[in-house]
Amino acid sequence: MTALAVSNLAKSFTMHLRGGIRLPVIENVSFTLEASECAVLAGPSGVGKSSILKMLYGNYAVDAGSIRIAHQGATIDLACASPREILAVRRDTLGYVSQFLRVVPRVAALDVVAEPLTARGTPNDEAGDRAAALLARLNLPERLWHLPPATFSGGEQQRVNIARGFITDHPVLLLDEPTASLDAANRAVVIDMIAEKKRQGVAMLGIFHDTDVRDAVADRLIDVTEFAPRQAA
Amino acid sequence: MDKPLLRVTHLSKSYGPRIGCADVSFDLWPGEVLAVVGESGSGKTTMLNAVSTRLEPTSGTVSYRMRDGAWRDVFAMSEAERRFLMRTDWGFVHQNPADGLRMTVSAGANVGERLMAVGDRHYGNIRASAIDWLGRVEIAEDRIDDQPRAFSGGMRQRLQIARNLVTRPRLIFMDEPTGGLDVSVQARLLDLLRGLVSDMGLAAIVVTHDLAVARLLSHRMMVMKDGRVIEHGLTDRVLDDPRAPYTQLLVSSILQV
Repeated sequence: MTALAVSNLAKSFTMHLRGGIRLPVIENVSFTLEASECAVLAGPSGVGKSSILKMLYGNYAVDAGSIRIAHQGATIDLACASPREILAVRRDTLGYVSQFLRVVPRVAALDVVAEPLTARGTPNDEAGDRAAALLARLNLPERLWHLPPATFSGGEQQRVNIARGFITDHPVLLLDEPTASLDAANRAVVIDMIAEKKRQGVAMLGIFHDTDVRDAVADRLIDVTEFAPRQAA
Repeated sequence: MDKPLLRVTHLSKSYGPRIGCADVSFDLWPGEVLAVVGESGSGKTTMLNAVSTRLEPTSGTVSYRMRDGAWRDVFAMSEAERRFLMRTDWGFVHQNPADGLRMTVSAGANVGERLMAVGDRHYGNIRASAIDWLGRVEIAEDRIDDQPRAFSGGMRQRLQIARNLVTRPRLIFMDEPTGGLDVSVQARLLDLLRGLVSDMGLAAIVVTHDLAVARLLSHRMMVMKDGRVIEHGLTDRVLDDPRAPYTQLLVSSILQV
């Protein structure tokens, strides 16, 4: 089953503060993502891998093309969806695990992780239990669970972020280097969690610079260099 | 949830030849937080005041879906109806708490007053509600009989929020709610607002010049300049991929800590 279909997507930035120069990022991006697979965006830094994820998640506007996603029995084109539709897709269908945690002052790690569930109406106790189970699995020391993650190390923050991204049953997940600052033991946990999501039918699209992790999770590579903009003559 | 709560169409306010705000249109949905950003003089407060009926617009309409589901043009309501709406279903949080509080009556009375305005007459119930709401905004119960004059800026702002939310409004207007507060006090207030807005399913329009506040609180963002809306979209999108020259300047001017 196709979870996500991207067709002829293009993105450029116009830098108005730099005399209006236009920086083309990528064009003609086309691929599909099926349920139960993990596709990995491959290519050197700066080729536009993160930009693709950000367009899919709605953080970047799209110049051209379409991003069709199966959402609650219908198909929505995220390239032209309203903010409300994008937020609904994020709540129920499309998850995103970024490299960096956006820390909210005073909110405890456990609540940061549980929030995607409580936002969908799961009772606080149940959401808290599931958050605790995930944090334990990711070896985050229990004494940190009730503290806001602002003062955590990079690896600890990343594990909070991973737990938050994996706690829901979203059918599509975007993974932007989720293992970048993890040690070997925790990388293995994340590899396991990705395999589990696959068995549950989740479609995943990721960026992994770590070749060990990439080899362990990727069913297929999507070569992003193919989408490099043609240079103007 | 499938219908907007507020509909603003082609709203303009001019002061003689000068433009306050011009041709502002948007829908606000239940539970949705809209941030309005822009520098001083961009017209964001004028727009907020016109939408919330504190100012008479020069042209344009503001329609509100009442609790019975009927749409009403708020400027076609009688003065009494409009006042009742503002006391019950709407709230307005001012930047300066002194503008939204009665500084010489007790904290408890500040909260209780809005309940009395909607017909509650039972002293015990009103006091119990006031204590409950002071607790929710983290003001100790033993301060209930103190006047807000004796409160710090952060406490006054929290009291103003309690006063506005006690009638369980559906829509709240906020004008720079964290302006003028220390950052630590600001963080506490933001966390509190975030929690209350999501627990109560409140719709809100928040005017702020602080993009971090907008990121934390809002779903959608509107950027104003010279009285006009120059960019409008999902908050993440406007901040991560600003399109208009002025928005790019605004986002690139944030100092990183």
